[in-house]
Amino acid sequence: MQTNQLILLFSGALLVLGLIAFFMGRAKAAKVRAAGTAMYAQPDQYAWFAALATAGPAVAVGAIGSFALLLMGAEIPTLYLLAGSLVVAAAGMMVAMMQVRPDFHARKAIEKTIRWILASAAMISIFTTFGILFSIITEALRFFQMEGFWDFITGTTWNPGASFLAAAGRAEEGATAAEFGSVPLFAGTFMITLVAMLVAIPVGLMSAIYMSEFAPARVRTIAKPVLEVLAGIPTVVYGFFAAITVAPIIVDIAGAFGLDASFNNALAPGIVMGIMIIPFISSLSDDVINAVPDSMRQGSLALGMTRAETIKDVVVPAALPGIISASLLAMSRALGETMIVVMAAGMRPNLTANPLEDMTTVTVRIVAALTGDQEFASAETLSAFALGLVLFVVTLALNMVSVIMIRRFREKYRSNNL
Amino acid sequence: MDMKVADRGVTMSGHETGQPVTRNEQANHELSIRVRDLNLWYGETQALKNINIDVFQKDITALIGPSGCGKSTFLRCLNRMNDLIPSVKLEGLIEMDGRNVNEVKMDEVALRRRVGMVFQKPNPFPKSIFENVAYAPRMHDLVSRKADQDELVEQALRDAGLWNEVKDKLHEPGTSLSGGQQQRLCIARAIAVQPDVILMDEPTSALDPISTATIEDLMDKLKQQFTIITVTHNMQQAARVADYTAFFHLGEIVEYNDTKTMFANPHTKKAEDYITGRYG
Amino acid sequence: MRQSFDEISAQLKGRHRKSARLKWMSMGALGLAGLFLVFFFTDMLIKGLPAFQQAQIQVQVDYNEMAQELPLAAVEEEMRPLVSRGYLRLIPGRMEKNPDLLGTTRMEWVLADGQVDQYLKGHHSNLSGSEQSVVDELADNGRAELKFNTTFFTRGDSKMPELAGIASAAMGTVMTLLVTLVVAFPIGVMTAVYLEEFAPDNRFTQIIEININNLAAIPSILFGLLGLAIFINFFGVPRSSPLVGGLTLALMTLPVIIISTRTALRSVPEDIRHAAFGVGCSRWQVVRDHVLPVSMPGIMTGSIIGLAQAMGETAPLIIVGMVAFIPDVSATVTEAATVLPAQIFTWAGEPDRAFTEKTAGGILVLLTILITLNATAVVLRKKFERRW
Repeated sequence: MQTNQLILLFSGALLVLGLIAFFMGRAKAAKVRAAGTAMYAQPDQYAWFAALATAGPAVAVGAIGSFALLLMGAEIPTLYLLAGSLVVAAAGMMVAMMQVRPDFHARKAIEKTIRWILASAAMISIFTTFGILFSIITEALRFFQMEGFWDFITGTTWNPGASFLAAAGRAEEGATAAEFGSVPLFAGTFMITLVAMLVAIPVGLMSAIYMSEFAPARVRTIAKPVLEVLAGIPTVVYGFFAAITVAPIIVDIAGAFGLDASFNNALAPGIVMGIMIIPFISSLSDDVINAVPDSMRQGSLALGMTRAETIKDVVVPAALPGIISASLLAMSRALGETMIVVMAAGMRPNLTANPLEDMTTVTVRIVAALTGDQEFASAETLSAFALGLVLFVVTLALNMVSVIMIRRFREKYRSNNL
Repeated sequence: MDMKVADRGVTMSGHETGQPVTRNEQANHELSIRVRDLNLWYGETQALKNINIDVFQKDITALIGPSGCGKSTFLRCLNRMNDLIPSVKLEGLIEMDGRNVNEVKMDEVALRRRVGMVFQKPNPFPKSIFENVAYAPRMHDLVSRKADQDELVEQALRDAGLWNEVKDKLHEPGTSLSGGQQQRLCIARAIAVQPDVILMDEPTSALDPISTATIEDLMDKLKQQFTIITVTHNMQQAARVADYTAFFHLGEIVEYNDTKTMFANPHTKKAEDYITGRYG
Repeated sequence: MRQSFDEISAQLKGRHRKSARLKWMSMGALGLAGLFLVFFFTDMLIKGLPAFQQAQIQVQVDYNEMAQELPLAAVEEEMRPLVSRGYLRLIPGRMEKNPDLLGTTRMEWVLADGQVDQYLKGHHSNLSGSEQSVVDELADNGRAELKFNTTFFTRGDSKMPELAGIASAAMGTVMTLLVTLVVAFPIGVMTAVYLEEFAPDNRFTQIIEININNLAAIPSILFGLLGLAIFINFFGVPRSSPLVGGLTLALMTLPVIIISTRTALRSVPEDIRHAAFGVGCSRWQVVRDHVLPVSMPGIMTGSIIGLAQAMGETAPLIIVGMVAFIPDVSATVTEAATVLPAQIFTWAGEPDRAFTEKTAGGILVLLTILITLNATAVVLRKKFERRW
């Protein structure tokens, strides 16, 4: 029999058992109650308890079994495993039936079970983080065993070209040895992020200042969601826009100044990425500027300061931790952004300070390494995980600092309310 | 409102000048701010009705009355802080130095330069103690040299009675001070720009009794140089510090008198009831 | 020495100018962002709208015996390069199905070649001079027209631009998002309920909270690495399938759903809980019967927004192989499939100019769906918004 059908059959059997347990439990409880004995819980609650006691352990056994099957490669035939689960289900049902007694707290048992189910759902997010960490670190370690860690961190040449030959055991036929020096990738990432921040921080911050300090309420209610649209546009769309529309414009403008720009210049993805993250900065900054107590503004205005002086010298400095926090968050977003650079930035690792040249980024190389038709175990494929590890560490650090700063800011203005 | 004070034989000469009849001998009587027929609305609700009052220079004028009676609203008209609330509509005359402060040509920033304000809750800027005081004079070009600036900060802090407590930590943040110290810092900040008038909006309501006493002493000293108008909830405070007291009720000035008369022998029933604690 | 109002006002002039400058600059910044949005949408509309029209030409189709073997023989020689090869390929099949056709000759409107389409739209095309004049003549006689492009919505990907459509990608998106929803919604809501209503305020709970916030900020491409290493390499989920894509996106969407559900739960006033506890409800009963029903609109809003976000996501799906060339609409979640944004990505990489138009067309469809989804979320929130 097919595994699919087996599982279907198993689920059906379990459902039937559960239903039987439910109704038997309820019938028994109802009978006990009808006999005039006071019970701790409602018949329905006993019924639910019986159903849970039947299905829960069986599903658990099935899950653990299949996990063992996949993980440890244990040789348990699926049929036996499922049959075993059903036996456990039957046993669970028997136990539950015996528990339908007046002095048994069925409700508390259910509450406890539900609590456990909810808690295990909450654990999924922890597992996800560990999953990311685990998968990235193990593969990255494999990579660092092949190529040295220091070469990776400090090398200035990224040339994975021949690594697949090495993986295939034909290294000597390759023309040049593969090199995995990641410095040019980080330089490219940094350059594009820099361009993005140079666009996003002034525009985002100024928009936030306008919306929170100058704009009439009506403008504000319209402008805020309109700005949010910028963040809602899929990155693949931005990538297309950067490559097809913005890059040629930049080449033309550079040409008008007699400069030579590549069609894969770093400016186009940088600018478009900056536009994408404007709402991150503007909406977070808007929040923190609004959180600056009004008494602060009035204190300044009452001294005969103009609106702008109040904003520049009192409001913005007070909101600064929040604004920095927003910028860090936006920066981590820019560093990890993939589609825009994949579509609009170059593929060539290029160590240069000229944003008109083409350059590549960490995320571009991750995508390039994993979309080729390569052995998974080749150094190039694994290099994606090494790059991913660095990306993970950097973005995590930025997020952490950002969260701590915003928390400080909130605490400060809560405690100052004398 | 028509005060009809004359026919009750009380101390007010009516709404022509608002000048008290019973003179307070220690006070001087040069006019600082003249208010005539001031009405103010928050949207549809009228918050101030026919306010007429003369405020004298280098005196302390206290505004008392039950909460919601409009005394803070009135105070904030005097340096146009109500401009910040879009729904506020205002009629009538507030005259200072021969100019209507609400006229179109009047620059509210210039007005606030001359009419400073201290708020209910101390609100030092998120800057150092020194910067809190030095900031405004520097922006207003009152000091040109660094030495002048140091001198001015020291003088303002001395005047506010804070110098001895903070002289060794001028570069710590203003928020690191205690509540009472913060409030005196705010006063120092206000006097550093050399205003004519200082408005105080319940300056001690957020403070402990000892800090309150310090601030009250300070107010007494400051009236040598400044005209002070203070809103207070605390009648004893008004009795202690003020030269003149105006009693507000439901957006009107019920009685305006020199403080001694007001507390010893109020001429209106409402003021008497309030002062003797029948309501408030 | 004190200054008069006029003296002070005179000093203030420069400062007021600066103040006005800040106001205009900040307004300009907002205007700039708005302007960009207008430019962006205009650009996409100009590039994408032509994709919804496709050239068709009227040709004489001669269903002769030769055409059964060599479909090109069915049309006049002059027309051959102008007719879509995809259409020609179907001729033998049609003749087999319908033997009566053999020996007949009809005038038919058929799909034109992509180059003819580009030429008629006034774009650059590779048609030779003589071909161009044939097309011009056809157009003058009303035998070449731009018609609404149904192919774009009914067919999958193709190497021929005139036959390329978004149907298989749309189907892939639906299946992927279904997997995402089925996985992320229950887990997300359960996590949020646990954290908001059950969890004790201890270290462990704090760790979960910090962890969720971090997950929300991890670059999406790393979720792709997770999907590749764990789901595909470890659990053996088929590569390129909506199942693996959906699972990957589910993990990404999870934090969004958790955070918005928590906000929704938190906005339910404590009074309601106290009242329910007061009448003897257990904690779970309070949540199930009182808290969840009132916070449902908020939860739905958050989930729709999360789903819209997942719908536009491309990077992690590329990593798990969902950029495959999928000409036919697939039916199960374990078969290779592609999604709308991945289709856009693939087309954007095609050198043929006609595909640029398709790309922008696909983008317009994607944006329309996303805007609809988000608007639904906003309407939902407005409609059920309560003030306690």
